[in-house]
Amino acid sequence: MFDPYKVREDFPILKRKINDYPIIYFDNAATSQKPKQVLDALREFYEQHNANIHRAVHTLSQEATEIYEEAHEETAKFINAQDMQETIFVRGTTEAINLIAYTWGLQNLTEQDEVLVTLMEHHSNLVPWEYLSKLKRFQVKYIDINDDGTLNYESFENAMSRKVKIVCVTHVSNVTGVINDIKKIAKTAHDYNALVLVDGAQSVPHMPVDVKDLDLDFLAFSGHKMLAPTGIGVLYGKKDLLEKIEPFHGGGEMIKKVSFETATRRSLITWNDLPWKFEAGTPNISGGIGLMFAIRYLKQAGMENVKDHEERLTEYCMKRIKECEKVKVYGPQTVASKCGIVPFGMKGLSSHDIALFCDSFGIMIRSGYHCAQPLHEKLNLSSSARASFYIYNTREEIDRFIEVLKEIEQTA
Amino acid sequence: MSAQVQDYVASIEEACGEEKDFIVIFRHDKKDEAISKILKKAKTEKSTSRIAYELTFKDTSIRLYGTGKAIFRQLKRKEKLNELLTELLL
Repeated sequence: MFDPYKVREDFPILKRKINDYPIIYFDNAATSQKPKQVLDALREFYEQHNANIHRAVHTLSQEATEIYEEAHEETAKFINAQDMQETIFVRGTTEAINLIAYTWGLQNLTEQDEVLVTLMEHHSNLVPWEYLSKLKRFQVKYIDINDDGTLNYESFENAMSRKVKIVCVTHVSNVTGVINDIKKIAKTAHDYNALVLVDGAQSVPHMPVDVKDLDLDFLAFSGHKMLAPTGIGVLYGKKDLLEKIEPFHGGGEMIKKVSFETATRRSLITWNDLPWKFEAGTPNISGGIGLMFAIRYLKQAGMENVKDHEERLTEYCMKRIKECEKVKVYGPQTVASKCGIVPFGMKGLSSHDIALFCDSFGIMIRSGYHCAQPLHEKLNLSSSARASFYIYNTREEIDRFIEVLKEIEQTA
Repeated sequence: MSAQVQDYVASIEEACGEEKDFIVIFRHDKKDEAISKILKKAKTEKSTSRIAYELTFKDTSIRLYGTGKAIFRQLKRKEKLNELLTELLL
């Protein structure tokens, strides 16, 4: 049975006090804390198996290679990919999206094409496409959102046409926690022969995600938001698509053969197999291993349990926060189709003031735009404060949070 | 920013989403000294049991936190912040 109090014992940082208060970490949408199982795995790797992977014949390299490849396999299984060839390790969600923009996008998009994004995207799923559109002269079109922050599916249907070559959409909004109906979006996009790239940064850590069931072409997510170290993330892509795409970075590891042709005085290059074709240079080996142990931890907890736990916390927080007279919750007012994120404001205080006050009481929340400025503008918000939950958070922490918000209200 | 002021300041964040608010984070080992100096020079409008102080200094509204962080509100440019910090801390 899932027990958040038992889970907490695995997270050393949660024993810390900040400003003499026990730490309450509600900034999980930005990054998660790391369990000792992941920390121990990193130490074990560096103390016992550290070496560069592939090609070397010595024992340490073979061990490091085996663990690193196992990490790819474990990741592939976690999202129900066909096999590890479909899981490319990158630095994080941002790099994964940029990889697709600067490989598939650069190689395939033309002036006649359109790329669809939504107004609720994190900047990492907007900026690469806007930037690339300046080079390739395709159009970036925006799917609208409703006043409650949910996606306007009518706007999406209306925007779809044969000109659209890729739909880039977040699974879960990092500001409102709104869960988009990705299956429906993918079905419609595929009806028009468009591809679907999903930003899974806020979904993969918090709920079961099955790339086959959702029929995704590409999925990007970050390890650090799901108990793994920073600097490791994943790009999932359907094998047939990845095989057709020319690589992004050139260098070692991503080639099978480089032979110098005397007649032409050029090097002939044969790309390596997937996923290594996209992993040039020495990769983040320990990060990949950390990700594998994070995935094992989440699997043991059970992703359905993780989702249920966060839903219950969100529901409880949304209910109790109504006791705060000056607080307004932004986005959907119910937890239906919403993840463990509660964005809010307080009359008379800026979001940064709320966050700084909370910090004084050892409560870590986020403030600002959360890298989603178009969404804030659409909702007429100058900024927002954001509490976001994960597996180690408890109802008691929410009680304390509400108590502190009420105290802050006195100064507002 | 002068080297003497830098001695007190760990970082300065320009608040996104707000109109030219600057968040100043004082160095941990210097925060008490910084708070004490600022409280001596700025006018205290309101205080919340040593958690936060609502201050004004030269027509600028400042909220100073006991944790060693401060928000300087609605400054037109960063140079103005540097001037204020210089006057408050030196």
